[in-house]
Amino acid sequence: MKCQLCEKPAAFHITELTGEEIQELHLCEDHARQYLSQGEAGKSPTAPALVPIVSTPGSVGHTAEELSRLDQQACPICGITFFEFRNIGRLGCPHDYECFANELEPLIVSIHGETKHVGKTPKRATRRTKVETELIRLRRDMKDAVAGEDYEKASEIRDLIRRLQETKTAEADPKASDPATSDPTASDTTASDPPAT
Amino acid sequence: MKTNHTLEQLAKQSGEWLRGSGPESDIVISSRIRLARNLADFPFIRKCTDHDRAAVERVIREQVVDSAALHDVLYVDVNGLESVDRQFLVERQLISRELAESKGARSVAIDCHEKFSLMTNEEDHLRLQLMKSGLDLAGAWQQISDIDDLIESRVNYAYHEKLGYLTACPTNVGTGMRVSVMLHLPALVMTQQIDKVFRGLQKISLAVRGLYGEGSRATGDFYQISNQITLGRSEEDLMRQVGDVVPVLIEYERQARDFLVRESQRDLHDRVSRAYGILRTAQTISSEETMHLLSSVRMGVNLGLIDDLEIPTINQLFIHTQPAHLQKIRGLELDTEDRNIERALYLKRHLRDRPSRDSDGVN
Ligand SMILES: [Zn+2]
Ligand SMILES: [Zn+2]
Repeated sequence: MKCQLCEKPAAFHITELTGEEIQELHLCEDHARQYLSQGEAGKSPTAPALVPIVSTPGSVGHTAEELSRLDQQACPICGITFFEFRNIGRLGCPHDYECFANELEPLIVSIHGETKHVGKTPKRATRRTKVETELIRLRRDMKDAVAGEDYEKASEIRDLIRRLQETKTAEADPKASDPATSDPTASDTTASDPPAT
Repeated sequence: MKTNHTLEQLAKQSGEWLRGSGPESDIVISSRIRLARNLADFPFIRKCTDHDRAAVERVIREQVVDSAALHDVLYVDVNGLESVDRQFLVERQLISRELAESKGARSVAIDCHEKFSLMTNEEDHLRLQLMKSGLDLAGAWQQISDIDDLIESRVNYAYHEKLGYLTACPTNVGTGMRVSVMLHLPALVMTQQIDKVFRGLQKISLAVRGLYGEGSRATGDFYQISNQITLGRSEEDLMRQVGDVVPVLIEYERQARDFLVRESQRDLHDRVSRAYGILRTAQTISSEETMHLLSSVRMGVNLGLIDDLEIPTINQLFIHTQPAHLQKIRGLELDTEDRNIERALYLKRHLRDRPSRDSDGVN
C-alpha cells in the first residue's frame, strides 16, 4: 500500500478517532512523523482535530469582515495575532486567554462543552500573575531594543526586570532563605543581559 | 539527585510498566497519566526565543531536578542527543515524538524505574507523565499529583481562576490531564469487531488510537483509550470516564477470545504456533512482521496455547525489537537490512536459546 500523501510505501497505519467517524490513515515514515508531531505524538489525539475547527472562518459565528479585523488584533504581551493562532493552533502566552477571551470561548465550548475549570488548583496563591505577565513583555521589549541596537533602552529594561524579580522574590515566601523556595527565574537576569556585541 | 544511569543501562533493563503484572495485565498493558503545565513568566513554546527556551530549561534543571525534589532521576539533554538516542527514548515511551523532533533547548528527567518522566519544552513548558503496569489509574494519579505539588512549590505555574491550568493548545486547558489506558485487543481485531467498539467509544467523547510504530494496521493490536475533554471535569471524573470503559473492553475482548477458542480452536492454535515458529526461526524479519506475530504469541500465552513463555518477556520483545533499541543493544548503527537480520537474531536468542524452564525442548 502506498502513502496517502506521496509515492513511498505506507509504513504507518493510524486509526484516528477524533472527528465524526473513524479515520484510517496510511502514511510513509516521513509523513507519519509529520502528522503525528502535529499533535502530541500518541498522547493527544485531539490536537489534529483542532486545526479544522480553528481554521474554518465563520465557524465561530463571525462575518468575514469581523474575522479579518479580529485576526489583526495582537496580544500586547507576546505579540501573537489571532490569525497566527488560527493557523498554528497554539497560543503564544498565558495572557492570550485574557486578551482573546471572546474569540476563544466558542472554541473552548466546542472542544470541552464547558467553560469553567473543575479540579485541582495550585496550592500556592497565583496572585502575582500580573508581575509574571509583565516579565514576559519586558523580556520581549529588551530583545527588540537589543535588535535595534538601542543598548541604553535595553539596559533600562534589564534593570526593571531585575527590580521586578526582586519584588517577586521578596513577597514570594517568608522563608526566602531556603534556597529551594527562592525565585526560580533569578538566575535568568545574567543571561538576559544585552550581548556586548 | 542524579544517579549514574545512562541510556546504555536503560537499554538493557526493562521499564516498570512492562512487568505485565498489574491488574488485568493480560489485556491492559499500561495506565498512563500526563499533565501539561506552563511557567507563568515565560511565553508558551511557540513564542519562546532561543534564550527563553534555555531559561525555562535552566529553571527546571536548577529548581526541580538538581534540588532533590525528584529522587533518583536520569536527566537527559535531549537537544544534545544523537537521533538514534532520541528515537530510543520515543520507542521506550519516555519522550514524545514531538520532543524528539523539535529544536532548541529541551530535556527529559526519567526516574530509574521508568515510571515517571518530566519533559521540558515540549508543546508546553512541562509535560509530566506517569506510567503503571496494568490497570491502575488511581495509583498513577496519586503519584503524579504528588510530584506536581513538589514542582509547583518551586515554580509558578500559569493558572487562571476560571480556566484552570493554561496550556499552549486550548484542547488541554483546565486540568491539563490526559488519562490513557493501553490495551491489547487481538481477538477483537481478528473477529473484526474493533471498529464497532471504537464507534461506541467515540460517542462518549473518548479517543482511540492504534499504537503506531514500524507496524501494520494491526501494529501488534495495541490500542490506546484516552479522554478528549480536559476542562469542566475533575481529575477523578476524567479517570472514571476512561476507567469505566476499560472493564467493558476487557469483557468484549475476553468474549471474542472465548468465541475463537470455541469456534475455531484448531485454527487459532495453528496461527499462534506458526507465529511462534517464525519468530524463533526467521533469518531476517521486519519490525512490522515481528509486532504482528508477537501479538498472536502474546494472546497464545494468555490462552494457555503456549506454555514455555512469559508475558513480561513478550512485552519486552515488543519494545526491544524496535529499530533504535536494536541499535542501542548492539552498540552499532544499522541500516534496515542489517536491522532485520539483527532482529531475527535477537528474537532467536530470547525465544529459543534462553534457558528453558521446562525441558520439553523447543528444538
Ligand atoms: Zn508520504
Ligand atoms: Zn500573548
